[in-house]
This record gives sequence, structure tokens and C-alpha cells, in this order.
Amino acid sequence: MAAAMVSKSPTDTGLRATARCLTEPWPIRLALILGTVLFLGLFLVLPLAAVFTQALAKGWGVYWAALCQADTLSSIWLTLLTTAICVPLGTLFGLTAAWCLGKFDFRGRKLLLAMLDLPLSVSPVVVGLMFVLVLGRHGWLGGWLESHGIKVIFAVPGVVLVTLFVTAPYVARELIPLMQAQGTEAEEAALVLGANGWQTFWQVTLPQVKWGLLYGIILCNARAMGEFGAVSVVSGHIRGKTNTMPLQVEILYNEYDFVGAFAVASVLAGLALITLVLKTILESKAARQIALAQARGQKMTETGTPEQASVVYGDPTSAPMRKRIVLSGDRIHEH
Amino acid sequence: MSIEVRHISKTFGRFRVLRDVSLRVETGELVALLGPSGSGKTTLLRIIAGLEQPDPGSGPILFHDEDVADQRVGERRVGFVFQHYALFRHMTVFENVAFGLRVRPRRLRPSPTEIQQKVEKLLHLVQLDFLADRYPQQLSGGQRQRVALARALAMEPKVLLLDEPFGSLDARVRQELRSWLRRLHDEIRLTSLFVTHDQEEALELADRVVVMNEGKIEQIGTPDEVFHHPRTEFVACFLGQVNRFSGRLEQGKVHFASLEWEAPECALLESCPVHVFVRPHDLQVAVEPNGQPALGARVEYIHAAGPRVRLELRADTGQKLVAEITQEQYRTEQLTVGSRVFLSPQNIKVFPTQAED
Repeated sequence: MAAAMVSKSPTDTGLRATARCLTEPWPIRLALILGTVLFLGLFLVLPLAAVFTQALAKGWGVYWAALCQADTLSSIWLTLLTTAICVPLGTLFGLTAAWCLGKFDFRGRKLLLAMLDLPLSVSPVVVGLMFVLVLGRHGWLGGWLESHGIKVIFAVPGVVLVTLFVTAPYVARELIPLMQAQGTEAEEAALVLGANGWQTFWQVTLPQVKWGLLYGIILCNARAMGEFGAVSVVSGHIRGKTNTMPLQVEILYNEYDFVGAFAVASVLAGLALITLVLKTILESKAARQIALAQARGQKMTETGTPEQASVVYGDPTSAPMRKRIVLSGDRIHEH
Repeated sequence: MSIEVRHISKTFGRFRVLRDVSLRVETGELVALLGPSGSGKTTLLRIIAGLEQPDPGSGPILFHDEDVADQRVGERRVGFVFQHYALFRHMTVFENVAFGLRVRPRRLRPSPTEIQQKVEKLLHLVQLDFLADRYPQQLSGGQRQRVALARALAMEPKVLLLDEPFGSLDARVRQELRSWLRRLHDEIRLTSLFVTHDQEEALELADRVVVMNEGKIEQIGTPDEVFHHPRTEFVACFLGQVNRFSGRLEQGKVHFASLEWEAPECALLESCPVHVFVRPHDLQVAVEPNGQPALGARVEYIHAAGPRVRLELRADTGQKLVAEITQEQYRTEQLTVGSRVFLSPQNIKVFPTQAED
């Protein structure tokens, strides 16, 4: 080893030495890689593969027939309907909430931010129960609703309502850190240039958070389709009426209809996989948007040393690093 | 189009950022708001633009003697260049510049061809025609700065406000852009007000300099006036380096550091403690006493790289001083670290010491 080092030029050996310092010996590397692969395989890939194998165990014909049962079709329909209502409303709510909380500072802002986390921190079953207690037959508003012939709990409106509650924070949580990092300078520029509030929002604010918004919508969508606990409490499990896909999977499974259960599960899993792919693509785009805004923010705090700041901005290696930090810090909603 | 503000105050929470500030910028002038960070200069600029509201009870904000205090920011027709440019990242350079024209109400909006021509003309003016299709991230700092300027000019502003226009550029680009901006201003003669914390920039670029400190205006004057005739201690200290002595004024004469100095401008003042300011180039350095009243000192450090040689000195009184001499004198006198020298002030500024000192 020493002889080899002598024959190398000094800079070369320097680099080699650094490289060796930064890596582990191969047995440890091998053990770490194997461990990771085994873990991933055992806990992620294998179960997912099992769902599809079980679903297709008796062939495509049976699989298709299982999906075409009236109750199953109705559950797919209800899930799509719920998602179609909850995602646009969640997006609208998220955008307005993020606009208020991310771009303005006012008394009570912290409280609102904390309340935004409520749906994520309360157990879904408790969410369901809360709605039953308020809107159920013996609940606070139940009597009034019943006298007007409106059925919420154990009916479709209840399913939609709890899903809405549970999915509401996703878009907002995604956008608030982004909007905060971007600051209000671009909006101010637009206003000075004569744009009105509406033009500023559509032409400046929205395009700047585009990827973050889409990412939030995808997360919201995934949760809306997959929500089980809260929906389970308020739906009443009426077949063909108030069962969503996750509930249908449970019912079929409990009845030993494995092909049926796994067929529905495979559709859900397939949707989740598509979501995951979309999420990964958008995540990198959104992260870039955040990193850009962060780099700008960094620059702003360093007005005292502008030269140094411009180095930070122009350094291509610093952005991805910062991005990673930001994302890990804000990841609250991985399910 | 002149700009005038009268008795403007601004408070953020309990922090008073501006205290009763009045200022007038004449048509076609280029004026610098100079001050350390926290002196309220950016806040004043933002109030003029309409991005902040002054405290209730403040006086009017006049553009061409017309009160615009009640006008919304978009109606005031100010060109504003933000410190970090605030370019729209999702738009090309062309779209950025065209923005101010495209958001106009339909009946006031120029036709697409007119917009095209106008934007091209402006990009030509800021020498960036070849970058029209690029996005801001693809530009250098100096180019972004010029796009921001073109965007501000596109809306045909009545006045131009610039917040630390060269703050985030490196030294060389800053120098280039500074003289370029001066030429541009001479060409278009738009009443302009810019904020800076860099005294060199203010003195070099502006017709007049407004020196601000702690929310108040300390002095308004031409670069020459504020540099050579500072009216307050703060202005004397902030504009360039100074040596400060504590002394005493008695019967029209200033006594400081074993020296006595005639101070005719203070003749009417009674005896009082004073601060005496001498700029480094006003401290004449001699190796032997030449008959003039002088301070003994020892050379501690020599900075010879530059047009002039800067000497760091320790006076016999123990005080640290800075003097500047020419390269020529430095060579003929053969000064080295440790040399004994005699310093005689050529030009002094005397300020009565404030009560709190």
C-alpha cells in the first residue's frame, strides 16, 4: 500500500485517501445493502405481489367476474364519487388556506395552523365517531336533520363528509411551506405593475406553486380513495349503498371470498401505484420549486454579504441538499 | 415628475421605523437614500410606492404636487425594482417585461403587436434583446437586474424607485452596472430614488444624497456637500473613514490630543466638550517635526496595495489612528512598521458632544 502511494502524484493519493475515508469496508457495505433489499422485499414487494397473485389465482375470468358483482361495482362507484367531491373541495380549501396562512401574518395564525393538523392527528375512528355524535340520530343535530328528512350518518353524505374532513389538510400542508419560502415579493411586483388581486393570483401565485399543488392533490386523492376508519364508522356497511372500496374489501375478505376481496384490493393497489409514480415525478419538481425559493430566501437574509449570497444561489450542489432537508422536515403525511 | 413626502412616520409593532420624515425629489433627479440597515430607508421607499401605509397622522405623499396617499399601489404608476428583482420565475424575459402591459384593463391595453414592439425596444435599451426567450434562472445577476429595470420601465412609470439595486451583485458587475444606470438615467431623465447602504455607490451615482439614521434624515445634499461638510457626527462617521478625538471647545479654540486649533465656525458656541473628526487623508504625515502642531505616533500596519497607502498608527496618547498618504510619499519617506511619525491635521470637523455621551 505504501509503495503504491509513493508512486502516485500527491493530489491523486490525497483524493484516494479521502474516498477511502468516506466509505465503509465491503463486508459492512454488503451487509447494509442486503439488509435493505431484504427488508424492502419482505415488507413492501412481497405483500404487493401477493395481492395480485391472490386476485388472479383463479384466472382472469374469475377476476373480472368478481369485479363485476353489483355490490363491488357500486363500491367502486361510491369511492370515485367521494373522491370526485372531496379532491376539488380539498384543493379549493387548501389553496385558500395556504394563501391566507402562507402569505399573511395575523393574530391567531399559529392557532389556525395547529387546527389544520387536527384531521391528521386524530385517529380516523375518532373522527367517524365525532361525526356520529354530532349528526347521528341521537346526536346534537340529528333530530333536526331527521325532521327535515335528511339522512347523513349511515348514508352517502356521511361518507363524503368524513372523507372531506380527513383529506382537507393535504393540499394546504403541502402549499404553506412553499408559499412561505417564496415570500410575497413576486406578488408585490405584480401589484406595482398594475395587476389586480385576481390577475396576481392566477398569473403569479398559482404558477409558482403549480407542482406543489399537484403533489398535494395527489396525496389528497390517495387518502380520499383509501380512507377506511372514519368511513367505516359512519357508513353503516350497507351493501351496494354505503360501502366504499376499502370497506368492500373487508366484507368480502371476512366472507372468505378471497378472489373478490383481492380483486378489489388489486384495483386499489393499482391506483396507489399510479399515484406513487405520479407523486415521485411531481415530488422532484415541487422540491426544485422549494429549493429555488429557499435559495432566494437565503439570499435575502444575507444582504450584509451579497457576494457570499450569490455564491450560495449559483452553487449547483447546494440546492438539492437543501431540498432534501426541507422535504424531510415537512413530511407529515406519508401513509 | 417630482416626489414629495411630508411628515411621514411608520411604526411596526413597538418599533418606530420612520420618525417624521420629509423629503422632496425634483423632476429628473437621481437621489440616493443612504443609511445603515434598520435606518428606515427601504420602508420610506415602500411607502412612496404604496407597498406600505404610513402611520395615521402622517402628511401627504405627492407626485408632481398631487396627493397619491389614497391611491392603491397599482394606480400610482411607479416603477419599482426590488432588491432581489422579484422576477416571475415561470415567465420568460419577454413575458416578464410585457407583464405590466398585459395586465392593463382591456380598453387601455396595447395591441399584441404594440406590446411586442415596446418590449423589444426596452430589451434593446437594457441590452438584453438576445435573451428574450430565456427564463430568469438562466440569467446572471446583472442580467436579472436589467430585466427587472426593463419590466419597471415598460409600464411607463412616473417615477422610478430602486431598492438596493446593486446589493446582490459582485463587486465588478456592480461597478459596471452603476455607471450604466447613471448613463441610462441621463438618457431617459426619469425622477429616480434609490436605496443603498453603500456610501461609495450613493456618492458616485446620485445627484443628491439623503443620509438616514434611526428613522430620521440626518442630512440632504449633493455628494460633495455630505462628504466634505457633514452636518452631524453620524454623517461624518458613515461617509468614509474618520479619526475621532475627544476635545474641548474654549473661546473659539478647540483643544484635543495636545493640539490647539482655531475653530471660527464654533466661535459663537460656549465652552463645551466636543468631538473632533479628521479624515485619514487630512492627517498630514511627516517623519520629522516641521514646525506645525503635530501628534507623535508610531506606524503599526501598512496597506500599500491600492491607489493610496493606508497607515494604521498608534498615537502617543494610545489612540489608534488611520492616515492616508500617496504612493510617492510612501516611497520617498521610506516608512516601515515601527517608524516614528508626526501627524498634523489639515482639516477638522468639530461637533459639540451630545448630552448622552
